[in-house]
Amino acid sequence: MSVDSRPTSGRQAVAARRRAAALHVWREFVRTRSGVVGLVLLVVIIVIAILAPVLVPAESLDVTQITAPTNHPPMPGYPLGTDPQGRSVLGMLIWGARVSLLVGFAATAVSMVIGTSMGMAAGHFTGTSRAVIMRVIDFFLVIPGLVLAIVLSSVLSRGVWTIIIAIGVTSWAGTARVVRAQTLTIESRPYIERAKALGAGDRHLLVRHVLPAVLPLVLANTTLTVGSAVIAESTLSFLGLGDPTQISWGSMLKTALDTGAATAGYWWYVLPPGLAIVVVVLCFTLVGRALESVLNPTLRRR
Amino acid sequence: MSIAPGSDALARDEAGIDTPGDAAGPDESGPRGSTLPRYIAVKAGGALISLAMVVVLGFFSFRILPGSDPAINLTRGRQVSAAEVERLRHEFGLDQSLIAQFFRYVGDLLTGNLGTSFVYNQSVSSLIAEKLGPTLLLTGTAALISITLGLWLGQRAAWRRGSWFDKLQTGTALTFWSVPTFWLGLILLLVFAGMFHLFPAGGMTTAGSDETGFAYILDALHHLTLPVVTMVAVVYAQYLMVMRASVLEEMSADYLTTARAKGLAEDKVRTRHAVPNALLPTVTLIFLHVGGLIGGAVTVETVFSWPGLGFLTFTALSAPDLPLLQGTFVVFSTIVILMNFVADLLYRVLDPRLKAA
Repeated sequence: MSVDSRPTSGRQAVAARRRAAALHVWREFVRTRSGVVGLVLLVVIIVIAILAPVLVPAESLDVTQITAPTNHPPMPGYPLGTDPQGRSVLGMLIWGARVSLLVGFAATAVSMVIGTSMGMAAGHFTGTSRAVIMRVIDFFLVIPGLVLAIVLSSVLSRGVWTIIIAIGVTSWAGTARVVRAQTLTIESRPYIERAKALGAGDRHLLVRHVLPAVLPLVLANTTLTVGSAVIAESTLSFLGLGDPTQISWGSMLKTALDTGAATAGYWWYVLPPGLAIVVVVLCFTLVGRALESVLNPTLRRR
Repeated sequence: MSIAPGSDALARDEAGIDTPGDAAGPDESGPRGSTLPRYIAVKAGGALISLAMVVVLGFFSFRILPGSDPAINLTRGRQVSAAEVERLRHEFGLDQSLIAQFFRYVGDLLTGNLGTSFVYNQSVSSLIAEKLGPTLLLTGTAALISITLGLWLGQRAAWRRGSWFDKLQTGTALTFWSVPTFWLGLILLLVFAGMFHLFPAGGMTTAGSDETGFAYILDALHHLTLPVVTMVAVVYAQYLMVMRASVLEEMSADYLTTARAKGLAEDKVRTRHAVPNALLPTVTLIFLHVGGLIGGAVTVETVFSWPGLGFLTFTALSAPDLPLLQGTFVVFSTIVILMNFVADLLYRVLDPRLKAA
């Protein structure tokens, strides 16, 4: 076949164009040093979190089988010392990464789905439905997210999914606003008018034309949101709203507060979980900002 | 032609480093060219609708979500007889329809009745009134310091964009921004209370002391230091970033060239011309960030056992004491909505261009 290298249908042409665009974004992204540093660190942390059961056998954190002294500073075999129950702080740190990252990603997914659909709807529809959607977005923008998340996770039964829902439901409004703005921009372009003239309905316009155009922005927003979701998770766990059966960085710090580890000077138990949170959040912020500057050319000149 | 709304909102979103707070730019839905009374009416209407949504959410999230039967929740972890539960059901009007219950709740709310706390066995509104003072003292002090610091550093950083000062400031701010508030509090506790015993570990005054006058104020200030430092460190970053972006926006403006052309010193160009104009969008953002301050108050007060609304929320959620939690939710949200309304009004009053339009 002579047209082997060329796309044979419209759909393939679109796919090829998107691949090229993605490749371009990737090349630009690789050029930002801070973004690459953040990405590499994140990949390392994610791999460690996935390998946690291999690196730190669950039995070694079983309170009933522990022989190590409690609240002991770093010593051979326990590079970060032990917690008030004699568990290895390093081991707990590695296991804690699982919950923190899981909640971070899942809550962000919830938040992105709500934010993108609400934002697109607010930008696309007119009249009463637009007014109603805008009010809802404004409400969730204004309301103190942490307090609402506290209410939700107090009322629902304790668990990882409750936290994910509580964070997801309270953090989507910023995304919705960005997506709405982008939707308005897209829909003012001539090709949308052409599609409308050809009889495209709401569904077709939103799914086939608007969604692909807002997705890059949503992607940049996603990485930034994961960071704040990780902080939100640790805050809720710290307040005692997390899953009591799981170790997370927030719940480690809660134990630290409850047992007076800070005022007793047990630095090896207070410092590591917080540092872990800071590193993860900083990585997501670096990647997010780098993506943003690649995807949003108006920011590049700054 | 209508690329404007999109790009405008995007630029504003970039100005802040957090997604929620600042995104509620006051420019969004207000009719720009309308008269002042009409503008106020529209904004007040929006605030009232938000308040109504808070009440609805506050009522229904405690009643219709799975596992939210108040009679069960209120007695969670307590020994109660069946008769007691029945009495509670009647007290909460659970034997009536949901709609009837809702109107009863709204009626109570309008008369300032937020229910009775189980832990304190006291009316929720009197508890909240009691704790409001300490919270205002803490968040007010922290807000004042962080706004001053953030705005000052932000305009300096923007003016010397790309310099080591700029990089250092934005880097520090971003790092603090990534720090969970409560962890920073724990660190300060660890260093200044645990290791060096320079500051008390918690509370608002030394327990058991009956100092008065000046000694009392000194004691309270001593207790106030660590919580305020914690809040400032986490919060000032957003003011810095907003101010920096805002000054950067002004820096390419023609009037600065004019100012320089007529021979003004660089410092004067900055303080007399660039900064006042850059302050305009920033001032309203200050009020929009109140929500973030409240979130910070909950965790900071928890770490330092500061006897305010945030600590009250913490005791309410750990009990759990749902009427109290419901009360603090409604009060916190009301404060934030009112502050937002103030931001909208300020925005209109401060920007002469909008008035003339």
